[in-house]
Amino acid sequence: MKTIEMVCIVCPIGCQMKVELDDEGKFLSVKGNRCPKGEAYARDEVTDPRRVLTSSVKIIGGMLPLASVKTDGTIPKRLIKDAMNLIKSTEVKAPVKAGDKIIENVLNTGINIVATRTVLKNDG
Amino acid sequence: MKMKYDVVVLGGGAAGMGAAYGAKENGASVLLIERESSTGGVLNQCIHTGFGLQVFKMELSGPEYHEMYSDKMGKVDALYETMVLYIDFKMNKMKAMSTTGMHEIEYGALILATGARERPFEALRIQGTRPAGIFTAGLAQKFVNLENHLPGHKAVIVGSGDIGMIMARRLTLEGVTVEGVYEIMPYPGGLTRNIAQCLIDFNIPLHLSTSVIKVHGKSRLEGVTVTQFENGIPLREKERFIECDTLVASVGLIPENDLVKGKIEMGSDEGIIVDDLMRTNYENVFACGNNVCIHDLVDFATVEGEKAGKNAAIVSKGKELPERAGMITVKEGIRVVSAKYMTATEPFKLYIRVDKPMEIATININGKAIKAVVNARPSEMIEINMDPNKYDLKGKIELSAKGVKR
Amino acid sequence: MKVGIIGAGVVGTLIARELTRYEDVEVEIFEKLPDVGWGVTKANSGVIHAGYDDEPESVRARYCVHGNEMYTSLSQELGFQFKRVGSLVVAFQQEDLHVLESLLESGIKNGVKGLKILSKYDSLQLEPNLSKEVLSSLWAPTAGIVGPWEVAQAASENAVKNGAKLHLSTKVNSIKKDSTIKLETDKGTFELDFVINASGLWADEIAQSAGVKVTPLHPRRGEYILLDQPNVVKTVVFPVPSKGGKGILVLPTIHDTILLGPTSEDLPPSYKERTETTQEGLSRIIDNAKKLVPAINLSKSIRTFAGLRPENEIKDFVIIKSDEMVNIVATRSPGLTSAPAIAEDVVSWISSKKSLKQRKTFDPHRKPIPRPYEMNDDEREALIRSNPSFGRVICRCNKVTEGEVLEAIRRGAKTLDGVKLRTTAMFGRCQGSFCTVNIMKIMKKELGEEFSEIEKNLPASKIVDGVAR
Repeated sequence: MKTIEMVCIVCPIGCQMKVELDDEGKFLSVKGNRCPKGEAYARDEVTDPRRVLTSSVKIIGGMLPLASVKTDGTIPKRLIKDAMNLIKSTEVKAPVKAGDKIIENVLNTGINIVATRTVLKNDG
Repeated sequence: MKMKYDVVVLGGGAAGMGAAYGAKENGASVLLIERESSTGGVLNQCIHTGFGLQVFKMELSGPEYHEMYSDKMGKVDALYETMVLYIDFKMNKMKAMSTTGMHEIEYGALILATGARERPFEALRIQGTRPAGIFTAGLAQKFVNLENHLPGHKAVIVGSGDIGMIMARRLTLEGVTVEGVYEIMPYPGGLTRNIAQCLIDFNIPLHLSTSVIKVHGKSRLEGVTVTQFENGIPLREKERFIECDTLVASVGLIPENDLVKGKIEMGSDEGIIVDDLMRTNYENVFACGNNVCIHDLVDFATVEGEKAGKNAAIVSKGKELPERAGMITVKEGIRVVSAKYMTATEPFKLYIRVDKPMEIATININGKAIKAVVNARPSEMIEINMDPNKYDLKGKIELSAKGVKR
Repeated sequence: MKVGIIGAGVVGTLIARELTRYEDVEVEIFEKLPDVGWGVTKANSGVIHAGYDDEPESVRARYCVHGNEMYTSLSQELGFQFKRVGSLVVAFQQEDLHVLESLLESGIKNGVKGLKILSKYDSLQLEPNLSKEVLSSLWAPTAGIVGPWEVAQAASENAVKNGAKLHLSTKVNSIKKDSTIKLETDKGTFELDFVINASGLWADEIAQSAGVKVTPLHPRRGEYILLDQPNVVKTVVFPVPSKGGKGILVLPTIHDTILLGPTSEDLPPSYKERTETTQEGLSRIIDNAKKLVPAINLSKSIRTFAGLRPENEIKDFVIIKSDEMVNIVATRSPGLTSAPAIAEDVVSWISSKKSLKQRKTFDPHRKPIPRPYEMNDDEREALIRSNPSFGRVICRCNKVTEGEVLEAIRRGAKTLDGVKLRTTAMFGRCQGSFCTVNIMKIMKKELGEEFSEIEKNLPASKIVDGVAR
């Protein structure tokens, strides 16, 4: 059995947590979290860490060249690189609204990449 | 153009939008004056999440927070791309300039929400050359997130403030090599959460007690010399050269109050001094957000703004607010206090920063411990519930933070 | 007559302007850097010296006092900022009092007006933030301050308006003299009848390549610290001079910031581009400036920089005139002050030698870029009505408008520093962190350059890399 320390990143409070693992590294218990999200985070972190990814996509014909995007949930950390490659090769025509699905079910995670801002069409 | 409003809000960022909403909700006619072409301030370029937990009970990115709060704020009279040149506190008037000419605006109450600026790298007086390739974290963020341009290929981040760490991650995701984050203090400058999700996640080393001591490169940055510091003294024998073409500096935010400097009570940190009602030393002038003190969380700036807005609306209608009854002085251990004065009529949230990391910090009012904080750091604001029903907040109140070992 | 001027610094551009007063004179200015006034002219204290600090009978003594006087009308004609704030040389020790006396004596000999030795009390009345250790000071009311690159910008604009041609980013590699003078540059060969060498740090090498022997130059580096602490001093405050020169000063700039410096470091001739600052230099500035004005607040630092002055063994200007060339070498302090007088002298010599006639069509006036922040409300309103871009503030720290940025580009700014030095945008507290993007947007529109092509100043000083998407 061993104890590792980690900081929960789910919200800006950043609870310092102590996680107990068994000899095979499996999650046993957690201390220090101020809410249940911390426990869920700790569980994931020791099995298959997950992250929210924020980035931007290219907009064609918009008032701005980019629209900021995010995953509408966490995706496995190991898929971040591939997700970034998908985002980098995606172009979207304006107009775009916050919440619009840019890439549905990214890499089969069940999570979508959605726009986080509105970009209006550039009417010249 | 001549205009008159109950409440005028200077600045349409997170705090200013809160102020406009707060004033509007409390029945005042509101004018928002903003120098950019839209509201939002830095929210527009902060595409990462971490916003809205208090205000919307959701985890949002900056642009989402901005759009959601804009919807909440609703329609507000606003002057965009307008710059206030002068405020006459005696006449309750101000002069502003825009592409349509000069504007004279009269107010019943004024709210200053002018935010903060970044300390430029050039202000650190580091020896060496002055090439292209040196950015503040905010400027680099603007280029990448709004203008679709990368600053360079290989970056060194100076300062472990939040924006610096966020940019370390952002640049890495965009294919820029981030060689490391260099922090001159022996402890990090930003939220612990960001060390985890921006640096550890991407194997970007954080070097504490280390900083840049020389810049190289004539036209464009070619590298920096870094070294370790001991008690503030650079150690010559630990110097090493890092090849890089981009330097991103996250070395502090400074409240931006140039417009009212010398005319309003300000602290040595250049922040406007307020009381628990967000009021300045003028009865009808309020301030909120980063130009009062640097906040960690955008939500708190907005909440402060809403409070300022509410109180400004009250004053603009000719009603009186309670007078100041107490004054906070810092005895030791505290570097920042979000309000100096108190009316001591209602409980309010005071935000402080300790001046050095403390394993356990006890926060004391007049020597009496009121709160204990584990792992207190200067980079993380501590919220203190100042309740006049619990503590005597009249007169001189001595606030202190003492570190206690575990 | 075709006249070539090598160097578009303050001396070269003022000479160019003088030459355009005459008929049948074609003036071509050759500047190796991308903009005017970027060499010695750009990085110095910007002081228009009174002229007591020059040995009577020296070349510089001759030009300094006259040049100083000329700045009043010159600044009005050319529309650049000049403030006669006065200067104080401050003595802290008994043995320095006689130095003040001898400066007073030299000053009077050189024709400096209004010099006066002040008591401790009067010194502190004038400058309340002076160290209380002051014993006495020499007051020189005729000293002033300018933005030195502004003088070169204004002079070159006026010269070009009057017909001169400006070749930027054009480096003279060699000079061949036969029936005409051929300047071999990296942009081609130019044939001229007369050449004026005003190339600052490079003047000895240029003279050499034309077969004219001059004492060699070496760069003398001066480092500076700029503070955002307006009004801590009102005048130019000097310590008592030493062998190293005039010393480390504390002075206001015309932009209401405070300048500390320069240091005085003799470097080898191969160091003519070594404008980096040093730890030792910056520390020395702080120590010495604090001695003069203890109230300076280093937490208000905005920026540090360094400049190089062309120094020779005799510490004086060397002006060599011949049938086909004038070489102006070692324009060290008080070079900026002397520049108008040097220009007047050199050109009147050429005009008498070559029997030149003055043009009636010469226009001595140049209007500065309009600055709404410094106007009254009516003027602002009128300007904005005629051109709305003067109502949109781009640089928030210094209230520089879009109209000013556009005008700077129209007047020759092709780099970010070109805009900065013509408008003071990016000069202030935030050093461009707020306005850089907007300035680049304007430059992109006006110059048709992509962000990744826009340069800070020198070739290869690109601001950003390519697109992310």
